[in-house]
Amino acid sequence: MASATGTKRERPLSPHLTIYRPYPTMVMSIVHRITGGALYVGTFFVAWWLVAAASGEAYFNWVNGILGSVLGLIVLFGYTWVLVHHMAGGIRHLVWDTGRGLEKETSTTFAWVTLAASASLTVIIWIAVFIVR
Amino acid sequence: MSLRTPLGRVRGLGSAREGTEHFWRQRLTAVANVPLIVFFVVFLVAHAGAPYAEVTASLSNPIVAVLMGMVLVSALIHMRIGMQVIIEDYIHGEGAKVALLMLNTFFTVLVGALSIFAVLKLGFGG
Repeated sequence: MASATGTKRERPLSPHLTIYRPYPTMVMSIVHRITGGALYVGTFFVAWWLVAAASGEAYFNWVNGILGSVLGLIVLFGYTWVLVHHMAGGIRHLVWDTGRGLEKETSTTFAWVTLAASASLTVIIWIAVFIVR
Repeated sequence: MSLRTPLGRVRGLGSAREGTEHFWRQRLTAVANVPLIVFFVVFLVAHAGAPYAEVTASLSNPIVAVLMGMVLVSALIHMRIGMQVIIEDYIHGEGAKVALLMLNTFFTVLVGALSIFAVLKLGFGG
């Protein structure tokens, strides 16, 4: 912030990430934002895959060689977990929007539930779909 | 001191005339995304590494094409608002902020235009 004389003066900051010991609701809040950012990047690859499918077999096969590789499938597994986790965190936020579940113990339980739910749901979806496939 | 009544102020939605628009739209698309993304995740897993014929056959199904179109619209609107909040939270330089907010919209529109065109093309028979 510039003062009247034009010099920059450091303002005091409130305690931040480096001060507080991580706790579940804090970590889940940060994870919610990070997963949101990761999904943003993920849409690029979804668009690439869809455009490849619409572009014809030769180009699709080339793209599929990358996205369908072992590394690509591992990233896809991570992407689906991130989708499900961000959704679980989002549902938690929708519950909070109604004014419920904001108590310290409840919100901490919510944090663990979203993590457990997203991890188990992702694994269940992959197993179930591959059994049917 | 404002001479306007509280109701009048609420009806006017504040000085920017938008009020809770972003908050509401983020919740609206969040709720829409729950069933849409469940479909999307299952679709992605079902076609992970799948060959060309299988992927294009699935996407030419009208129900799949319509659902995929809705996934893209709802998720991209949600995503754009979310990234706008992140930019506004962390980028304090006015120039950089305005530039990133524009890029955010450009990225969303570009990804949306490309993928929705692809979905429509495949939906209408490749």
